[in-house]
Order: sequence, then C-alpha cells, then structure tokens
Amino acid sequence: MSESAAPAFPPSTPIPSGKLGMWVFLSSEIMLFGAFISAYIVLRMGSPDFGVPSEEILGRPLATMNTFLLILSSFTMVLALAAIQRDDRRSFARNMISTLGLGVLFLCVKMFEYHHKISEGLTISSGLFGSFYFTLTGLHALHIIGGLVFNGYILRNGLRGRYNAQHHERVEYAGLYWHFVDLVWVILFPMFYLV
Amino acid sequence: MNDEHRQKSFWRTYVFSLDHKVIGLQYLFTSMAFLLLGFAFILLMRWQLAFPGRPLPLIGGLLPDAIAPGGVMLPALYNQLGAMHGTIMIFLGVVPLGVGFFGNYFLPLQIGAPDMAFPRLNMSSYWVYALGGVVMLLSFVLPGGPAQSGWTSYPPLSVVNPGQTVWLLGMTFLITSSLLGSINFIVTTVNLRAPGLTWRRLPLFVWAQLITAVLLLFAFPVLQSGAILQLLDRVAGTSFYIPMGLVVGGKMLERAGGGSPLLWQHLFWFLAHPEVYVLVLPAMGIVSEIIAANTRKPLFGYTTMVGSMVFVGVFSFLVWAHHMFVSGMKTSLSMFFMTTTMVISIPSVAILSCLLFSLWGGKIRFTVPMLFALAFLPMFGIGGLTGLPLGFLPTDIYLHDTYYVIGHFHYVVVTGTIIALMAGVYHWFPKMFGRFMDDRLGKIHFWGTLVGMNGIFMPMFIQGLAGMQRRLYDPTVQSHNLTTQFLSPYQLASAILLLLFQFPFLYNFFKSMTKGAVARENPWDATTLEWACPSPPPHGNFTSVPAAHRAPYEYSVPGRPKDFWPQWEKN
Repeated sequence: MSESAAPAFPPSTPIPSGKLGMWVFLSSEIMLFGAFISAYIVLRMGSPDFGVPSEEILGRPLATMNTFLLILSSFTMVLALAAIQRDDRRSFARNMISTLGLGVLFLCVKMFEYHHKISEGLTISSGLFGSFYFTLTGLHALHIIGGLVFNGYILRNGLRGRYNAQHHERVEYAGLYWHFVDLVWVILFPMFYLV
Repeated sequence: MNDEHRQKSFWRTYVFSLDHKVIGLQYLFTSMAFLLLGFAFILLMRWQLAFPGRPLPLIGGLLPDAIAPGGVMLPALYNQLGAMHGTIMIFLGVVPLGVGFFGNYFLPLQIGAPDMAFPRLNMSSYWVYALGGVVMLLSFVLPGGPAQSGWTSYPPLSVVNPGQTVWLLGMTFLITSSLLGSINFIVTTVNLRAPGLTWRRLPLFVWAQLITAVLLLFAFPVLQSGAILQLLDRVAGTSFYIPMGLVVGGKMLERAGGGSPLLWQHLFWFLAHPEVYVLVLPAMGIVSEIIAANTRKPLFGYTTMVGSMVFVGVFSFLVWAHHMFVSGMKTSLSMFFMTTTMVISIPSVAILSCLLFSLWGGKIRFTVPMLFALAFLPMFGIGGLTGLPLGFLPTDIYLHDTYYVIGHFHYVVVTGTIIALMAGVYHWFPKMFGRFMDDRLGKIHFWGTLVGMNGIFMPMFIQGLAGMQRRLYDPTVQSHNLTTQFLSPYQLASAILLLLFQFPFLYNFFKSMTKGAVARENPWDATTLEWACPSPPPHGNFTSVPAAHRAPYEYSVPGRPKDFWPQWEKN
C-alpha cells in the first residue's frame, strides 16, 4: 500500500515482510506434509493389510534419477540467486531456465512412473501403499507445478530487467519455496522407495 | 481521507477493498449473518427435542415432504441441521468474528500500523472465506443435501453418508482462508509495530491474536490433510479410514481396506483442540482491554497473562486425545493426555484469576461493554470448571457423548466467547463509526442475553448427568431420559427469548451507525494506540506515525493530572 499522503511507517524488524511471510507459509506446509507422513507411518507400522509392492513395480533406479534431477535444480536455483546478486543477468537467466527445465523433466519422469505403476496394477485404490503413494507424490507434483509457475514469473521479470544486485528479494523467496519442495521429495523418496 | 481514495469506485471502496477496516467490517456482517443462521437451525432442533414428533410451528408447512412430511422433521434433517449448526457456528461464525473481524480491524490499530502487511492477501482471505460459506450453503440445494455426520465427521459414517463431499470442499476453502489470514496476522504483528512498541508493551489483545494466528497456522494444515484423505476415500476409492471387511447396510464394502477410522480422530482433534483456544483467546484479549479501561487501574499480572497465553498455545497441541478416551486408545496414552489436560487448565485459571484480581480496588465503570466483560468471568469459569470432569478418564467414560459435554462447551463458546465478542462490539463501536451505541438498549440486550443463554445451557448439565446422549433425534425413546424431558420446553423457551433479545442489539447497532451520540477520538479515556487515531479511522489510519512510550495499561498513575496515561503521549 503506497499512499502518497500517508506518513512513512518504519518496519520493526530488519527482516523484509515478504521473507517472513514465506517462512511462516512454509512452516504451515511442514505441518501439512507432516500430517500426511505421520498418517503413512502410523498405518504402515500398524495396519496388517498394508501391502508393500515388489521392487520391480517400485522402479527404484528411475526414482533415484528423479531425485538427482530435483537436487540439481535446487543447485541451479542457488546459482541463479548468486548471479543476480552480482548483477550477472545472463547467468541468472541461464540458471533459471535450467531450474525450470529440470522441474519439467522431473514431472515427465513422474508421469512415466505413474503410467508404469498403473499398468502393473498399482493404483490409488488398489491398497494402502498405492493410496499413500499417489496421494503424497501427487500433492508433491502439484507443489512442483506451483513452483514452476512461481519460477517462470521470476524468470519473466528477470528478463524484463526488474531484478538487480540491490533488488532481488523475490528471487530469494522463489528459491526458498523451491528448496522446500525439493526437501519434501528428499523425505518422500526414502519413505516410498527405500524402506 | 485524501483525494485519491475519494475517487475510488464503489466496488473498490466497499466490496473489493484492500483496507483492513473495510475487510474487517465485511467479516463482521458476514459472520453475524451466519451466527443468526446457525441459531435458526438450533431453534428447529430445539423444537424437535422439546416436542418430539409434533409438527414445526410457522415454517413446518413450508418444508418439502422429503425432509419433513406433515411439518415433522425426519431424523436425516435433524442430523443435517446438527452437523451444519456446528460447522457454521465454529468455522463461519465465531472464528471469523473473533479473528477475521476483531483481529483485522483492531490489531493494526493497536500496534499503530497503517494497514496489514499484505493487503491483497487480506482481501483474498475474506473472499475465500465467503466462497467457503457459499459452498456450505449450496449443499442445502445440491442432491444429497448437506453433511449429516456431525461437525466432527467421524468415518466410516462420514465416508458412506451423502452430502459429505461438498462439506469437505467447503472446509478446504475455509482452511485456505484462515491460512492466508494467519500468515498476515503474524507478519503484521512482528514487522509493523509502531516505534517503541516492544513485545512487553504489546496490548494483551494483540498477544491473544498473535497466538491465535500461530495456532491456526499449525493446526489447520493437519485437518486439511485429514480432509484430503477423507475426500479421496469418498471419490477415489481409497481406504485410509476404511478397515478391512467393513459391512454397511448388510453389504460388505468393496474396498481394499486396511485403514483406520481412529486416524481421522487423531488428525481431526489435532486441529479441533487448538481450535478451542482459537475461539477463546481473542475473547480473553477483548475482555482484558475492556476490564483495564473500565477499572481505571493497570491489569493485574500482565507478564503472567502473556506467559499463560503462550503456554496455553504451546500446550494446546498436546492435549487433543482427551476427546478420544472412549475410542479404545491405549491406557498409557490416555494417562499422558489426562495429565497434559490437567496441566493446561492451570494457565487458563491463571488468566481468569488475573482478570478477577484486576477488579480489586478499581473504580469500576459499569458501561455496557464492561457488563458483558464482567459476565464473561463467571460464565467462562463455569465452562472451564465443568471441563475438568471431562479431562479425567474415569469420569469422562460416563459423561462422554452426553448433554453434559454439550453444556460444557457451550458455556465456553457461547456464554464465554460470544459474550466477550459482544462486549468488544460495544467497546469499539465508537472507534468504528465515531458514534456511541444506545446505553439503555444495550442493557436490555445484556440482561436478556444472559438469562436466555443460561436458560438453554444450565439444564444440559442435569440432562447429561442423567444420561441423556447428544445427537439423539428423539430423546423420549430411551426411558431414562423421560425424567429430564420436562426441561426441554424451558430450554426452547430460553432459546426463543435469546433470539428476541438480539433484536434490540441489531436495531441499536444499525441505528447508532448514523444516529448515535457523537464520540470523541478517545471516548473511554483509554490508553492503547487504537484510540490515538480519528474515529472512524481514515484510510491509512494514523495522520502521523504513532510511537509507544510506555506499557499498555498505565491507568491512575500517581502524580498525573489525569487517571490515564496513553501509550502515545510523550510525557
């Protein structure tokens, strides 16, 4: 809100409100995923009819590769922020495009995985494992799509010259969100594929 | 009001406004409408309880035969009204009033901020809330009707009952709205405080709203995840809450099974217990402000009260399973939750005691808001003390799911929270509209409301102790209920009385908006920052940046010419 006649109100902490808001939002996201993960642990440990599928259906190598893609995209995100902080717009754009590309690639592999599992008879209604698998990875995929939209918006603004060494808060917020989404996957991966 | 604001269209000023005060008023009017609707539902239910099987007067003939043949409501309608009464009162009425309205309107004013930290987010949180309300209302006309599994929506019943899908969608909107709101409240309180307004100088109302926002932030996502699982159980054929081999209506359910109905109870009560404090904390904050201003002395134990509120906030996440003592949970778990429940009652008593001691030696002004605030103390006390037997495992096993429980939480939420919210409306009305509400009508409203509320809820303790179960469509089918059945017509009469005494309030409110006696900037001679800006506050609230020079409740300071020393006055 910028009213021309309004007096200037100084903020009471040095942290920008946007950054604070992003952290507060992410803490609620932790509770959301935390509840799902707790439900998964409770039923996997407690339900006699859980039914974990075979390694062949799980497809561990492909998921490992996907994990690697996502971690790599977090890395390029960090490079993009570092680039804009030293006013290197070319490197910023290159790294943001890599981040977006890796995210899209992750979703493509995920779709292929879904297709494989469904054709092998592992669906959302085939049993508790399938239910949790598709619910949680699906919710995570939605978060990835949200992150792609956010990062695409940052890239567009960056290409229009909106960010520079002094003014790049939103790049950082997008980075925070993207790292969080990656972190969720790093927890989901061992939960479903390795245990 | 500057020219830029004056030129804005009607839509930008009153409907899609970014001003926290307009958004607050939108919350106020919407939630008041929902409170009246939820109240109307319970009047119908009360008729059925008082005169089971007799046609509803006045509106009975208007209802379609499918839900009320001959004007007598069917059990399905009774269940729908019950589920929607709870949902509407909690998620669409009391929380939006206590947090959406009071928080939005007065938190920025009390911390000396020009607006919330994210005005656009603020506007969307109201509209997402309104959308959730519309979805809930739509469920009445959609095939399948509204939800009928109680506001707690326990599976497997809620998974097989019709109407629940729309309820879950509606809840998703309401949860999203409160998430957006709580992010805004937390960031605003942390970052937009006026210079000099340190944490130890923060008014208790602000503390209460901040802790409430934190509770909403951490508790609601857990219900969201539970609701997503329930939605998938209904539409995608999963069985998160469906055990193996469940038989419904004589037929085995064709599901993979293996799920646990208890899982929902844990996820639900992880939200719904902190939700109790979401209902109560804003009320405590409001009462603190009013008691300080009307006793003309500093509140007793400011630090104790802040500490107690923080403690309650943290501990409210550790007591949820005391709602599940009869669910077949392990005894060792029950013992844990019994202990934490006893522990959390201590800070609540500390807060109430501090408010009570604040009266001692004060020059009490019996204004209308003060009457409501004073009534809050014993009424909330009854609600709290009757909760103790429910926190004890042995007594809860007998009292669980009886009318005793209904009496207990209605004393907390209605005679506690709603009384306090009414106090807040009278207290801050001069700030909102620059005019006073009428005193005589206010007193009529107060006494009628107090008598009506107690007339409804006090008999519930007797009925509950006598073994009358909640959610019963016709209590007379169980012979042990016949001894207390004579109380039900009195409860119905009290409910009608309570409704009638809300009309003086509504008349008073809408008339005083334009016709009431003109109020000064600081009509109650109070000390907190919201009284430093003009009444009603213009866009941007303050004409210059306010500063806080001292603690919030400096009343009757020795050696001062006046009996109040506002936070914003330098010396």
